[in-house]
Amino acid sequence: MTAVVPSPTPGTSAASRLVRHVATARETGILLALVLVVVVATVRNPAFLFSSDGFRDLLLTPSLLLLLAIGQAIVIITRNVDLSVGSVLGLTAYLTGRLFIDVPGIPMIAVFLGGIAAGALLGLINGALVAFARVPALVITLGTLYIYRGVNVAWAGSDRINASDLPPDFRGLGTGQLLGIPILTIIAVVVLVVAAWYLRNLRSGRELYAIGSDPAAAHLYGLNVTRRVIAAFVVSGALAGLGGVLFAARYGTVSSGAGVGWELQAIAAAVIGGVAISGGVGTVWGAAIGAYLLLTINRALPILGIDDFWQRAVVGVLILGSIVLDRVLAVRQSRRLIAQREIGR
Amino acid sequence: MPDAINTDATAPALELHRVVKSFGPVVALRSGSLTLYPGSIHALIGENGAGKSTLVKIIAGLYHRDSGDFRLRGESVDFSSTSQSKGAGIAVIYQEPTLFPDLSVTENIFMGRQPTNGIGRIDRRAMRQEAQQIFSRLGVSLDPERITEGLSIADQQIIEIAKAISLDASVLIMDEPTAALSGVEVERLFAVARSLRDEGRALLFISHRFDEVFALCDTVTVMRDGSYIDTIPIADTTVDELVRQMVGRDVTELFPKLPSTVGDVVLEVEALTRAGVFRDIAFSVRSGEIVGLAGLVGAGRSEVARAVFGVDVYDSGTVRLHGAPLPKGNPRIATSRGLALVPEDRRKQGLVLDESVTRNVTLAIRSKLARFGLLWGGPENRAAQVWASRLEVKTSALDAEAGTLSGGNQQKVVLGKWLATEPTVLIVDEPTRGIDVGTKAEVHRLLSELAQQGLAIIMISSELPEVLGMADRVLVMREGRLTGEFTREEATPEAVMFAATADAEATI
Repeated sequence: MTAVVPSPTPGTSAASRLVRHVATARETGILLALVLVVVVATVRNPAFLFSSDGFRDLLLTPSLLLLLAIGQAIVIITRNVDLSVGSVLGLTAYLTGRLFIDVPGIPMIAVFLGGIAAGALLGLINGALVAFARVPALVITLGTLYIYRGVNVAWAGSDRINASDLPPDFRGLGTGQLLGIPILTIIAVVVLVVAAWYLRNLRSGRELYAIGSDPAAAHLYGLNVTRRVIAAFVVSGALAGLGGVLFAARYGTVSSGAGVGWELQAIAAAVIGGVAISGGVGTVWGAAIGAYLLLTINRALPILGIDDFWQRAVVGVLILGSIVLDRVLAVRQSRRLIAQREIGR
Repeated sequence: MPDAINTDATAPALELHRVVKSFGPVVALRSGSLTLYPGSIHALIGENGAGKSTLVKIIAGLYHRDSGDFRLRGESVDFSSTSQSKGAGIAVIYQEPTLFPDLSVTENIFMGRQPTNGIGRIDRRAMRQEAQQIFSRLGVSLDPERITEGLSIADQQIIEIAKAISLDASVLIMDEPTAALSGVEVERLFAVARSLRDEGRALLFISHRFDEVFALCDTVTVMRDGSYIDTIPIADTTVDELVRQMVGRDVTELFPKLPSTVGDVVLEVEALTRAGVFRDIAFSVRSGEIVGLAGLVGAGRSEVARAVFGVDVYDSGTVRLHGAPLPKGNPRIATSRGLALVPEDRRKQGLVLDESVTRNVTLAIRSKLARFGLLWGGPENRAAQVWASRLEVKTSALDAEAGTLSGGNQQKVVLGKWLATEPTVLIVDEPTRGIDVGTKAEVHRLLSELAQQGLAIIMISSELPEVLGMADRVLVMREGRLTGEFTREEATPEAVMFAATADAEATI
């Protein structure tokens, strides 16, 4: 990822540590897979990367999923899961359209804040239910998945938001570019960098890993588990809310079915990117690369002449493959460590 | 800061006086008292269930006492969480270290209170350096950057101690820290403990190994049955005296075992070994006989039982049931040949808590009750009724959820489930743990009657009076090995306790 030259003696210098870290990181493998997919697809059809549309699509398509995958990764790291993000995205996307229609001349920033706040509120409901009802997040958020979607359907009915309802400036966000890079991608990457920095460098970020690694130990350490878990769900909801606003900007049309099934793609992206479903392991970088790999493969397969039907199967193979890989690595490591200890006795 | 503590060395660092804690009807701590002084290593000894762990958990802020005094440096305190006791300078190192396996050694030491810079960013370099400093002060070489998963228990305990040091704890409690350590590791731990003592900290050391208590501690407090017994300077006592104080108790309150005719050998275990868990276990059980398997928690007794029954596999050795070898790792075959295991943790391993009493009782004989592969209500209810009435399960209705029953009645349901398979050999693991005294006697009567009817019973129990009162023969395990076998007449509390803790016998 960086242009650091490996030092000849793998020792303690910061540079060599970084190289070793990057070389052995779980994220590196998935990044190589992504590069491989892009290279193969480009060899078959150079337009995949080298046409201006191709390059734009490569960056733009996964941008919204990236936001959801970041939130999902944060939640999964605490040994929970958020199935409601697709519904939250749909609801906030529709809310975005309604705000522009019902409040003529509303500033764009207010719409953004409204969408994010609405998402955060829905996330807060998830988090509070998980933390206080002591029911697994899988069940709680499965419930809110249907409830949020139900609210959306009841509210929208057969109505839909059309591109003509939205201000051109706002629509421009969805398609616009800055120095050749789609604005949506820039937003997603900024969120990614902030989230990664937070998870790595702040106490509360590290505590999320601790909670997911061993909730009972986290309790013994005196960490505020309830507050952190709720916060993780709020962040996931807020990112889905941001995703909803950007969804409206990108696609223009929003029906009550917007974002259906996205929660599974977000989970898939996180898992493929090495975020352990059992918590405590993984990075948002991994989840982000996972999101890119997932959607880029979908775009590459038709170019490689593979049927539409197989595209879904390939996603499944990716998920199973990465889980099996993680499991094999974990078993091998623990065997090695036990063997070492037995010899040491 | 050690200087400040040393100026008034006669004032106790921590005092507990007549502390009481009960869980529902079960009294875990009748009257716990303990006084720790700065610059001293204090031993706390007692049998399993004597209330030591409860006492520690009260100090740690995990449990809240029902009554009694708790003072820290002379001031009355009332902890409702572990972070409060930590903040007050108390560090507890549990028998099983509680670390985050996926995080680095350094992060485990500083989690929740990492050094940060102005904007709250964790200063990783400072953190790593401090960890490194603590390790070099402790004289251990641990890579602060590696993840904690896969570290030996000894290294994990070093991390716990490093945590305590980084907290600058004035009171350090170690709950059986040496249970899983080798000789060298114990020496290293002791050196660390002594240097902490010399800095003026108060240490509490809980151990079952008398040689360690005598080597390390200066004062000892004995507990028995949830009560404080005595506090003595180590120099003024002997192992014999301590053992007597630990076990000195009436056994008559328990149900006396009924006489039964001991028949042929039904279960034979030879040279059973599982690397790192147990080694060279050999014993036999005859029909009509109750064999007590005594020892301390963690001696490997449950593991042997699970291996014999086939839940776990073993590396070498043989198990013979009625003269024929039993294939390993297959509980289904073991059950069909007449072996039954009532596990230690009935809530997790023995019962389906959300299912009815009927369903639980008939769980192990489903295939027998089924007709054309379907379960019919009629036979199921009849079978459950037979056992519920034989075992006198007190429940409002047989369709009540098992989770709603009391501990004693849950245990009876588990027993009923396995007795319904009509076993010839029954292994019960801690059959009366967490059960009130009245129901305890009933479970004892039941086991005794079953033996009279010719059932061979292996009873694993950490409660000495129960083993001595019930067993025809007592086997003792310590650290994965059989260290004693006593007839009913030979089995005195002292003899069994010695075999279980045994410093008499040189290890390897």
